[in-house]
Amino acid sequence: MFHQGKNLFLSGNEAAAEGVRLCRPQVIAAYPITPQTTLVEKLSEFVANREFPCKYLLVESEHSAMAATMGAAMIGCRVFTATSSQGLLYMCEMLSYVSGSRYPVVLANANRSTATPWNIFGDQRDSVAMRDSGWIQFYTESGQESLDTIIQAYKVAEHPEVSTPVMVNIDGFTLTHTYDLVNIPSQEEVEKFLPPLKTTNKFSLEAPKSLSFTIGPDFHLESRYQQQKAFHAAEDVIARVDDEFAGIFGRKYHGMVEQYRCDDAEHILTVMGSTAGTTRIVVDKLRAAGKKVGMIKVRCLRPFPKKFFAGLGGSCKALGVLDRNISFGYEGALYTEVRAAMLKPGASIRTLNFIAGLGGADISKADLELMFEKLGGIASGQESGQKEFGQEEQEHQYIGLRWS
Amino acid sequence: MAINYKDLSDEELLYGAKTCPGCGAPIAVRLALKILGARTFVCVTASCLGATTTVYPQTSFFVNNAIAAFPATASTIAGMSAAVEMQGLEDVTILGIAGDGGTADIGLQALSGLCERNDNVIFICYDNEAYMNTGIQRSSATPYGAWTTTSPVNETGTAKGETRIRKNLFDIVSAHRVPYCATASTSYPRDFMEKIAKAKNLKGTKFVHVHAPCPTGWGYPSEKTIEYGRLAVETGLWYLAEYENGKVTLNLAPKVFKPVESYLAPQRRFRHLKEEDFKVIEKQRDEEWALLKAKAAS
Amino acid sequence: MKPHLNKDFRFPTNEREMLFGSGGDTGNLTAVNSGWRTFRPVIDHGKCIRCLFCWTYCPDGVIGKEDTELTIDYDYCKGCGICANECPKQAISMIKEEK
Repeated sequence: MFHQGKNLFLSGNEAAAEGVRLCRPQVIAAYPITPQTTLVEKLSEFVANREFPCKYLLVESEHSAMAATMGAAMIGCRVFTATSSQGLLYMCEMLSYVSGSRYPVVLANANRSTATPWNIFGDQRDSVAMRDSGWIQFYTESGQESLDTIIQAYKVAEHPEVSTPVMVNIDGFTLTHTYDLVNIPSQEEVEKFLPPLKTTNKFSLEAPKSLSFTIGPDFHLESRYQQQKAFHAAEDVIARVDDEFAGIFGRKYHGMVEQYRCDDAEHILTVMGSTAGTTRIVVDKLRAAGKKVGMIKVRCLRPFPKKFFAGLGGSCKALGVLDRNISFGYEGALYTEVRAAMLKPGASIRTLNFIAGLGGADISKADLELMFEKLGGIASGQESGQKEFGQEEQEHQYIGLRWS
Repeated sequence: MAINYKDLSDEELLYGAKTCPGCGAPIAVRLALKILGARTFVCVTASCLGATTTVYPQTSFFVNNAIAAFPATASTIAGMSAAVEMQGLEDVTILGIAGDGGTADIGLQALSGLCERNDNVIFICYDNEAYMNTGIQRSSATPYGAWTTTSPVNETGTAKGETRIRKNLFDIVSAHRVPYCATASTSYPRDFMEKIAKAKNLKGTKFVHVHAPCPTGWGYPSEKTIEYGRLAVETGLWYLAEYENGKVTLNLAPKVFKPVESYLAPQRRFRHLKEEDFKVIEKQRDEEWALLKAKAAS
Repeated sequence: MKPHLNKDFRFPTNEREMLFGSGGDTGNLTAVNSGWRTFRPVIDHGKCIRCLFCWTYCPDGVIGKEDTELTIDYDYCKGCGICANECPKQAISMIKEEK
């Protein structure tokens, strides 16, 4: 255990693998796909070196990876799998299977665009497409947050009131393949935070179970209502787990949503995933220049921080939502969610949707500054009362689009 | 292991299932569970058997059981097998059960992965030769000439039922060099249970492909299930064989086959067949048996 | 002893009683299958030689062999007739159910 409680220079995938190692899943089943590969390679090394007792199943597809982790979860094992993009889509059937049966599976997804056109680089169209699979979804900003979120994910998933699988989304390449100094907690501390899995939702020789069965129209709504309640419970559990984590490890991620320099901010940009890192720098720069800007980092797409957005107000005049996805025929998926949560009579915050970073396109500091500038523009337009929305700015902006 | 019916437990580990009267599938499953016992973790695919045993509030299995997604019986039991090993559960048998569609079609990829890894499980394919749960659609195990709702028959003769010979699962699975692979029939229960008993005592992936006639899908009276299963073997259109240690053994090789018409003609799904069709089927059968005998002799 | 109908079964009436996820108890029989039957098998114990062919082939496992004479669980027999068809001594008759 040469690297416990140490700071190491690791890629996001390696950091996530360290997080998995510390949680000691008993069964891992995974299938390689770019850019997830270095994560599962690292895990197979850990298992081969017997760093923790684990059976690693080399399955022939992602569908089987999820089914096999589910099979092991049915017998009460802590389990893990990882995938990306096409692989996540191939798992789709099993994702809702696992969530409906309430197994606390943890999955790391290296966010990547979905074919076609083919593209192996990062955006969030893969996990956003799986939004309604009944999984809790976290999005991480850094390698450190990826490691820490994996540990938190097990704690949330295995909480008896939650008992719901968790997907930890790590931006492909931007995080998975970039290196940073990462603190690796000690095994003892992690075990103190995350005790072994206890569940009765499993096979038992003493009390046999019939699992994943059919519930017809008569009690189906009650069953789904139970799932919805689990997500409501997860809202509190995610916050409490984050607090407890901070108490032990000294790092805090603010539960489902973080506000960065939002206190008196008039122009706020909402982001999800690795873009938060760059946005922080841009906010600092603009703040230094006297601009009242801030960032909202959405850490959970499900459960969605609805109450937070419903309560948004105060100094905020213009809110931008950056989507590394697009729901064709509508808009960026996060934008829809944010706007729906904000809907209330007399709401005065103007909003813009920025579609950017698709298929791995860079989201530069200049791009982010431009977004804040546009937010400033619509805010002042609103103040002067002279310009109707849509005259000076389109509601949906495609950042970097060569023509329109 | 010699099977004596008198010594078998009267305890039923599958009971009250809503299968059609005369269904072959529960015969296979209840007899398998007689051998495997209460320390069996069962995983059934989405199938007739799943749909008739586990619809809330009724559950007909009396052992731990779960329903797998249609393509995922083999992968789910692979995970179960890993979990049993990691938890140190002794003397537990993992049993996967899927129909012919769930095995030979949508489940084949996961089955191949299972066999290649040689995970420690028993996989039973109960073969009723079509997608019966969804209402008799053609699968890759549907025999040549058979009518199904998706291999129809018409009066003009442009549609004559299934046009291809069935996929050979015994060959496919044994090509993975698993420790044990067998074919069986619900009409030969002693042979079937002996095979299950053998599988129980071997480590690795064991595969038993059991022919299980379906009165509803095949179109014959419910009391004839055992009779037709037997006729399938006696006419050479089904066979009882084993693959073990690289060797193929034929458990029953009729010296003279009964005429195929005796099996086919009374079934509704084959009633459009004519003399020349029976000849084609006999030729296919003879070719298949020549291959089988060559394998058994080598 | 064959399994039998769970006469005490009640559907949940509140959240606490609701099953969790999509799992529950094994072997919970909440309905009988006797209504499916058109003909009922009746054993002539004078002719029965206890070869147990009927016991083995019965898809529903309703034939019991624990007593001196074979028994039939008419709650779960669907009347398929396999037992009568396979009996080598013709000791089982299929009798039309009286409605």
